[in-house]
Parts: sequence; structure tokens; C-alpha cells
Amino acid sequence: MDGLAMGGYGAYVWSCFGLTLVIVVFSEWRARIKHKRVYRDIEVRLKALEDRE
Amino acid sequence: MWTWFHKLASPPHFYRTAAILSPWLAMPGLALIAWGAWQGLFVVPMDYQQGDAFRIIYVHVPSAYLSLMAYMIMATSGAIGLIWRMKLAHAVAASAAPIGAAFTFLALATGSIWGRPMWGTWWEWGDPRMMSELILLFLYFGYMALRSAIDDTAKADKASAVLALVGIVNVVIVHFSVEWWSSLHQGQTVFKKGTMDAEMKTALLIMILGFTLLFGAMLLRRIRTEVLYRERRTRWVREMILSPEGGS
Amino acid sequence: MTTQERQIPGMFTGLFAMTRRDLLLAWKRPGDVLNPLFFFAMVCTLFPLAVGPSAEQLEFSGPGVLWVAALLSTLLSLNSLFLSDFEDGSLDQLLVSPQPLPVLVLGKTLAHWLTSGVPLVIVSPLLAITYRMPPSVIGVMMLTLLLGTISLSLLGSIGAALTVGLHRGTALLSLLILPLAMPIMILGANAVSLAASNDVYTTGIWALGAYAIASLSLAPYATAAALRISNE
Repeated sequence: MDGLAMGGYGAYVWSCFGLTLVIVVFSEWRARIKHKRVYRDIEVRLKALEDRE
Repeated sequence: MWTWFHKLASPPHFYRTAAILSPWLAMPGLALIAWGAWQGLFVVPMDYQQGDAFRIIYVHVPSAYLSLMAYMIMATSGAIGLIWRMKLAHAVAASAAPIGAAFTFLALATGSIWGRPMWGTWWEWGDPRMMSELILLFLYFGYMALRSAIDDTAKADKASAVLALVGIVNVVIVHFSVEWWSSLHQGQTVFKKGTMDAEMKTALLIMILGFTLLFGAMLLRRIRTEVLYRERRTRWVREMILSPEGGS
Repeated sequence: MTTQERQIPGMFTGLFAMTRRDLLLAWKRPGDVLNPLFFFAMVCTLFPLAVGPSAEQLEFSGPGVLWVAALLSTLLSLNSLFLSDFEDGSLDQLLVSPQPLPVLVLGKTLAHWLTSGVPLVIVSPLLAITYRMPPSVIGVMMLTLLLGTISLSLLGSIGAALTVGLHRGTALLSLLILPLAMPIMILGANAVSLAASNDVYTTGIWALGAYAIASLSLAPYATAAALRISNE
């Protein structure tokens, strides 16, 4: 437990590392969702075009 | 060399290459970050002045470094797009902005959390680097706001490239003017130079390298989305999506 | 062809014609010139009301307040730099004119500076006196404002060119220009503060002068490029 407490600075150190993780994961998650949405939008439009032909 | 370059710059080829390349950047990047974080958190001895709070630099410095690098990439690729009318370059610029803004925010947030035990305040207005970083965040916001305000993609690309280029000249001036301003008001410096052991430095360099690789992977992923959207009416996208095996 | 080429007036004729035209337009609509000045005076009035009228505090914050007010009021007037030209189509005429566009843009910016920066410099002593600024400091302040507003007009013209014709352009313009203009305000306000505390203030003045010269030589090209992009 001493290693985690960091001489009283544990809360600050861990919140920094945690925040970094959260922001990187959040950014990647948003990027993934955006990619899927763009892909699906194009797919829907292309399928609709194909059906009409 | 040039044929290779032209081939990479062609959207369908880039789209496929980026998908293969991205995990090859992300995996070593994450491994380096894991090793660097373990070293930085547990193995490296604590700083004699700052105690264990100095371990925050292992995420703060790479973020601050990436915040500047992303701006550089954004401005350079904007310039390439303006001068050589390369479409891919504009997609790179558009993708670098949100990642750069995220790392700028991260640099500010971790700097602020570091400041709480060290300065006794969450925010120290007198610190020149914090001020420069804050102004950099505003520059990112302005860039993204301009991009989203213009509906026409080609126009948004060019206008925001001009803004990024004006901004990059300004980043230098901001840096010097803020340094001068802070020297007038006896501002404090966050991290003094030359007080790090070799062991601390190695772990930090590993962290920076890992973050850079991860940044590369994140950038490639966003550029792919950007390319897909911009090329949505082209034949290769149509063929890829309607092919029996499907795309991604 | 040769006779036609000879008929094109010189660069400086174009520049001054542009400036003269904008000055005439401003003369016919004095509100455009006066409103930013009233705004400047009002922002300067807000601060004593907000932080209290104690003499030391006013003396201490005077340079900063005046500079922030000057920056904001310049922003206010920037929005209209290309707007009326864009609306009535004369901007398209500028773009196809045989004169180099950066020169014409410089002419317009010069007119903007003469109608926003210079009046600001002239009015500023009045407000500086209310902030108990001694005459020697007022001189320094006017010099910093004179140099600073040149850079602000030039820098602002880039932002105005980028946002011309956009919806919600005003808020966007402030968002684009404020971070870019921060160094100018830092240099100007702190030079005045240094002068007020009898320190060496020349560094700030030189830096402001250098900034003005640099923006004078670079900004018109950026503005011209931005105008071409927004009017494609």
C-alpha cells in the first residue's frame, strides 16, 4: 500500500495517470463511433441507390 | 521514392495501408507506455525536492510535447494542402486538431493537478508554460470552430490552413511574450532543467516515445474516417463497401 | 493590349484610392467610428464599478484595463471590415481588379486603423486621467496603443477575411483573433505598467514596433489569401 500512497501525493499522481487514460480512451472511443457512423451512412446510401436501379 | 509517395497519397491505398499500420504503431506504443509508467510510478526513486509528486511529469511532459507536435503537423499539412493541393494533407490537418486539443487539455489538467501540492493552488497565472499552453488550447478551439462553421469542405480546409499558419507564427511570439511577462511578475517555473537522474530521464524518454507512437495510431484512425467521408462519392469506396467481403 | 496595360493605375494609386473610399464611407456613417469608442469608454467605466474606486487599485490596474478595453473595442469594429463590401458585391470587384490584392487589402486596413486605432489613441488620455495616470505614463500608453492598434488592425483583417459571409461570424471572429492578439496586449499593457512604476519599458515598445512591422509585411498576404478562399 505504501507504493500506492506515494508519500501523501498518491491522489494527485493517480488522478493524473487516470485522467490521461480516460481522455485517450474517450478520444479513441469517439473516433471509433464516428468511423462506424460515417461507414454506415455511406453503406445505407449505396444500398438505397442499388435497390432503386 | 516519389512513386511510393504518390501511391501512399492516393486515398484508397492510404485507407488500406493505414488500417494495417495503425495497430503496428499502437501496440509498441502501448507497450512502451506500460513499461515507462511502471518505471515512472514504482521503480524510479522519488525526487528529493518534490517527493513522489514529480511522477506526474511522466504523463504531463509527453502530453505537452504532443500538444505542440499536433499543432505542427496540423499547420504543416495545411500548408502542404494549400501549396500542392494535396487532398490527403487536409484530411491529416482536420484529424490532428481534436487529438491535439485533447493532449493540450491533458497537459493543462495534469500541470494543474501537479500545482496543487507544489504551489498550493490549482492554477498559477504566473507560470509562463501554463499560459502558453492555455493560449494554445484557445488556438485549437478557434481552428475547430472555423472548420465547423464553414459547410463546404474544400473551403473549410483552405481557410483553416491559413489560420493554422498564422497561428504557428503566433505560437512563437506567444511563447516569448509570455516569458517576458512572467519574468516581470516573478513567475514560477514548473520543471527546472538539469535536476533529473539518468534513470528518470530514460523512463521519461520511453514515455514520450510511447505517447508519440500512440498518437500516430490515433491520428491514422481519424484520418481514415476523414478520408472515407471525403471520398464517399467515389468508385473505390462504393466497390469496397458493396464488395461481398465488405470493408471496415 | 499595350494601351490597356498602360491605363492600369499604379499600386499606390490603388492603395490610396481604397483608403480614401473607406474613409469617405466612414465619414458618411459616423456611428461605425463612434460606437467602438463609446464601447471603449464603457468598458473602462465597468472596472471601477466592479472592483471599487480606491485610488491605488485604479492606478495599479489602469494600464491593463485600458488595453483590454482597446483590444475589445477593436474587435468590435473588425466585423464590419469586409462585410458591407461582401454584401454589395464590391468585394468581387476587388478580387478581379488588376491591382495586387494584398495592396488593396493594405489600403482597407489602413483606413480601418485610421478610423478605429487612431481615434482610440486620441480618446485614451481622457480615460487614463480618470485612472490617475501621470502625464509621462500617458505618453507611453499612447505610443503603445498607436503601435499596438496597427498590429491589431492587420491581424484582425485576417480574421475578418476568414469569417466574411459566415453565419455567427462575430463570435467566431473573436474566438479566432483573441488568442492571436494576446501577445500584443501583453506587450502593450506591461510596457505601460513598467512605465508607471518607473522601470525600463523600452523592451515592450521595441517588441510592439517589431510586431507591427512584421504584421505589416506578412498580414496583407494572409488576408488576401483568406479573401480569395472565402469568395470562391
